[in-house]
Amino acid sequence: MQVTMTVNGATVSQDVEPRTLLVQFLRENLNLTGTHVGCDTSSCGACTIVVNGESVKSCTLLAVQCDGAEITTIEGLASNGTLHPIQEGFREKHGLQCGFCTPGMIMSSWQLLQRNPKPSEQEIRHALEGNFCRCTGYDNIVKAVQWAAEQSA
Amino acid sequence: MGKYIGQAIKRVEDQRFITGAGQYTDDLVLPRMTHAYILRSPFAHAKINGVNTEAAQAAPGVVAVFTGEDVKDVNGVPCGWQVNFSSTGETMREPKHPLLVHDKARHVGDSVAVVIAETREQARDAAELIEVDYQELAPVVESPDALKAGAPKVHDDLPDNMVYDWELGDKAATDAGIAGSQHVVSMKIRNQRLVPNPIEPRSYIGQYDASRDNYTLYTSSQNPHVIRLLMCAFVLGIPEHKVRVVAKDVGGGFGSKIYHYTEEALVTWASKQIGRPIKWTSERSEAFVTDAHGRDHYTTAEMGFDGEGKITALRVHTDANLGAYLSTFSTAVPTYLYGTLLQGQYTTPAIHVSVNAVFTNTTPVDAYRGAGRPEATYMLERLMDTAAAQLGMDPAELRIKNFIPPFDGVNQPGYQTQVALQYDSGNYEAAMRKALQLIGYDQLRREQEEARRQGRYIGIGFSSYIEACGIAPSAVVGSLGARAGLFESANVRVQPTGMVSVYTGSHSHGQGHDTTFAQVVAEHLGIPMENVEIIHGDTEQVPFGMGTYGSRSLAVGGSAIVGALEKVKEKGAKVAAHLLEASEQDLEFADGSWTVRGTDKSISFGEVALASYVPHNFPAGMEPGIEFNSFYDPANFTYPFGTYIAVVEVDPETGKTTVKRFVAVDDVGNIVNPMIVEGQIHGGLAQGIGQALLEGAVYDESGQLTTGTFLDYAMPRADDLPSFQVDGNVTPCPHNPLGAKGAGEAGCIGSTPAIVNAVVDALRPLGVNDLSMPLTPQNVWAAIQSA
Amino acid sequence: MVPASFEFHRASSVDEAIALMQQHGEDAKVLAGGHSLVPAMKLRLATPERLIDLGGIQGLKYITDKGDHIAVGAMATHWMLESSSVVQQKAPALSQAAGAIGDVQVRNRGTIGGALAHSDPAADYPGAVLALNASMVIRGSGGERVVPASEYFVGLWETAVQPGELLVEIRIPADAANANSCYLKFAQPASRYPYVGCAIALEKSGGVCGNVRVGFSGVGHSAFRDSGVENAIKGQPVNESTAKAAADNATNGRDVLSDWSVSEEYRRAMARVYAKRALLQVG
Repeated sequence: MQVTMTVNGATVSQDVEPRTLLVQFLRENLNLTGTHVGCDTSSCGACTIVVNGESVKSCTLLAVQCDGAEITTIEGLASNGTLHPIQEGFREKHGLQCGFCTPGMIMSSWQLLQRNPKPSEQEIRHALEGNFCRCTGYDNIVKAVQWAAEQSA
Repeated sequence: MGKYIGQAIKRVEDQRFITGAGQYTDDLVLPRMTHAYILRSPFAHAKINGVNTEAAQAAPGVVAVFTGEDVKDVNGVPCGWQVNFSSTGETMREPKHPLLVHDKARHVGDSVAVVIAETREQARDAAELIEVDYQELAPVVESPDALKAGAPKVHDDLPDNMVYDWELGDKAATDAGIAGSQHVVSMKIRNQRLVPNPIEPRSYIGQYDASRDNYTLYTSSQNPHVIRLLMCAFVLGIPEHKVRVVAKDVGGGFGSKIYHYTEEALVTWASKQIGRPIKWTSERSEAFVTDAHGRDHYTTAEMGFDGEGKITALRVHTDANLGAYLSTFSTAVPTYLYGTLLQGQYTTPAIHVSVNAVFTNTTPVDAYRGAGRPEATYMLERLMDTAAAQLGMDPAELRIKNFIPPFDGVNQPGYQTQVALQYDSGNYEAAMRKALQLIGYDQLRREQEEARRQGRYIGIGFSSYIEACGIAPSAVVGSLGARAGLFESANVRVQPTGMVSVYTGSHSHGQGHDTTFAQVVAEHLGIPMENVEIIHGDTEQVPFGMGTYGSRSLAVGGSAIVGALEKVKEKGAKVAAHLLEASEQDLEFADGSWTVRGTDKSISFGEVALASYVPHNFPAGMEPGIEFNSFYDPANFTYPFGTYIAVVEVDPETGKTTVKRFVAVDDVGNIVNPMIVEGQIHGGLAQGIGQALLEGAVYDESGQLTTGTFLDYAMPRADDLPSFQVDGNVTPCPHNPLGAKGAGEAGCIGSTPAIVNAVVDALRPLGVNDLSMPLTPQNVWAAIQSA
Repeated sequence: MVPASFEFHRASSVDEAIALMQQHGEDAKVLAGGHSLVPAMKLRLATPERLIDLGGIQGLKYITDKGDHIAVGAMATHWMLESSSVVQQKAPALSQAAGAIGDVQVRNRGTIGGALAHSDPAADYPGAVLALNASMVIRGSGGERVVPASEYFVGLWETAVQPGELLVEIRIPADAANANSCYLKFAQPASRYPYVGCAIALEKSGGVCGNVRVGFSGVGHSAFRDSGVENAIKGQPVNESTAKAAADNATNGRDVLSDWSVSEEYRRAMARVYAKRALLQVG
């Protein structure tokens, strides 16, 4: 089945099996391996990307459901070589260790700050409930998001 | 504090991770690569009468199907640590852990067949066509059941399910001590089974190159050289130089990626059979039943006290569940990483521990963050809080009364424990005092009283932990049954440009070695950190290595780097002396330059480096180049310690616990990067709190893992946890050049009992004196109801 | 992670979707947001031969204030309901139930229609739509019918939607009780599905409880209205003691689910705790 979408600003069109998950399409067809798979129950959030301006778990969407969609992955978040403040925040506040959950965590944080530019600590923790991190204990992730929020103040 | 050492420098590895440019094994695609899907046993215990793969072989895209019959003559994966029966001296029972089973399946998830196909989808589809004739057998699931008469046998050729019995300590003195005590605290303690769940599932690619008759294994491993050693020497019988093992970016390990897994050997073996690379990536539901689990102890413990509250003796028996097969380090966990830690921070004069390790029809159990030490600490610290309550003493005061007095290991000797180890240095009361001050203890107790009057249940829980890290002195572990040394190696290559490449046998899967090790190098050589690159995770690049676990990277791997740096400086000084036409003895090295003492004649590290590779005027006998290896074998373990205090509030109507505050005071010796150390502590706290409140692997009677997905196994999430208050003291390690002890496991070891103690403390007015982990709302509610 | 193969049909209208459903019968499954179905397909717990995707249908994704009721299109996402000011004002329980589902990513994509059609006993919405006295607009080839929530949940995984029919709209009456409603959830710590989800819509009149509707999710095989609690609180001033007394009737005479992680006894007790808390919140 033919699907066409805009991924990180570029139009892509490919023939896929209907059962191809969006995350597979990104990783295997487009070689965008920054989006990760950490579970098979739509729980961990490592595969979080942005579709049409909203964060989604790309393991829980079929590629064919996203025909015509506009997609941003971690690879497309920086613009012209300048990191997004959330990316900077994660480095600045040591919000990552092994890095595996990080792309999804950053994309979820992006969604939060789109909707709530000045979140409280509790709002940040709640907004990230769909993203597991086994390394950081989340404390520095919260600080990373706060740091990013302050940058755009 | 130096220019680099001791500074909270931002991590240099972060750039690739925050931009999605990390390279995890599943990200790799090799030419002509195939995909493997492993068919697993749905039963905990079942005889396999036959496997029909005909339809699967004929399915679209299938390249090959292998079953247990095909790998019958291939060795199984080995156990790396031999622990013998204490009672008889008999060698531990070590049945084969085959790459694919052919006679019977011994746990849910046991590997039965592998399908290799052009795509993952085709492999998965074809696996559905395999018919396995299973004959279900009764399973044994829990360790206390495993040794009962008539228990089903996990391995038919063994006399029973015992792996070994083991004991340590002075039994007679302990029995006498307990008998003579004024007060004895007795507890039954369950340390529940956990699933490690690094967020990156395991992933391997095996590749055989027929033209050179060699192999490459790409693996999500914490220790590529160890995998090479175990797979080559014990499983496949291939000379090590014929195998390259690569572990690039690895998405967390927590112990679970130390071990040599059957799938690693299987894809490597099968890649030769089919002549093409094979990728296998675990799905999370597979990870739940195949990644080695952690903990799973049933313990009875008695601690005696005299009339003053001084501990007189400690007597412990533990049944340890090792699962269906012996995983790589499994046998050392309930023994040398557990029994040897029962001194804790206390002066207990007599200790005896006995352990029965058993097989069951469950996923193998091995080291999980802390490994043995969390179990030891949990038991000791639950005993201490319970004792304080029974003796009517403040839990902090009881601990302080029993602490070993300070010793630095230099001016005072190390502390010889009753359980074989000699602590290197410690100042336990200082950590406790600092924690008390940070939490505002006296005020907090008053607030607790006030809250109780309002019907609110706030609890304060302590934990004073000690751990043995910096694993490990080879001579010691060798005498205890380790089948390998546990030193570390480093290679420091000074480039002509003055840049320095460091090849380390340690492995970073989140620990930040690219940064920490570069700080060490920059400090020692006086060069900018940007001039240092750290290379790890490839046996073809790094001369040798034992990998990263047991909080060993800085203390052991870092010390190896320091050893090589000393050699670099020594050689550099020779070159500098030659270039400056001075005597080596007259040179001093500072800020990256050699200077002739008392003059302004100096030469920089970069100039020396360049000259070493352009040795136009080197004197006869002076070798060009600057590159050195060093192997570091520690003289002792390191012994980080600390005190944690948790404050919780329990909702008595629902049983739900909220962690209000958590103060962690750790003493991990000298610190290279405080930001990274704090991050390590945070992560450990989350896992330890996870065990206390949320996590637990639950098997039903048929041996099915009830908690086999993230929908049933509760992982700690951002909104389950508080913000942590982390601080520390520094008591340097006296026996390694960095004075570092290690920080990777501390948080996970110390936090669990602090939380449980706090919840019990909260509920004591309601008559609750003990609770079983995890402290789910239902568990807590039920305890309140029945109190 | 790999669903079994299937054919994929993108419906461009409700009529086309219904026609496709009738053509393919039980072989076909309807895909709304896909946040219940796709996870089941990945684990091969569901292996439909065909999917009929509603994602391309214009005009099923809306929340409209119709004066006497709020009309919610079946493809409205949980996030739309969570963040809708009209829902927050006129039916806060629905907004709160939507906001309690899954996580942000799931709420961005999952739909109310999909969730209600799936009728998972452990879902959040059912108790809320019962308490809100909502009605479901179901369309088939013969036209539309409107089913009150009280008749919609038939049993475990079972609703009033018949084969060949599609849930197209949910209507929430704009009454005083609904404007004073709430949804409280006690979540299973791993899945975060409700052990107990309690929705209460309560009209206060003259210092006492007037019209009141209490709905539970997650507690039984399907969601239910709890008349025991309703009758006990009606006409009473709502305070700690009346709320507790009324809430202690919760689940009376009903089977309560138990599983490996919670006992029936505990779930029943929590239903009562949450009923009390919800009563106090709106009372």
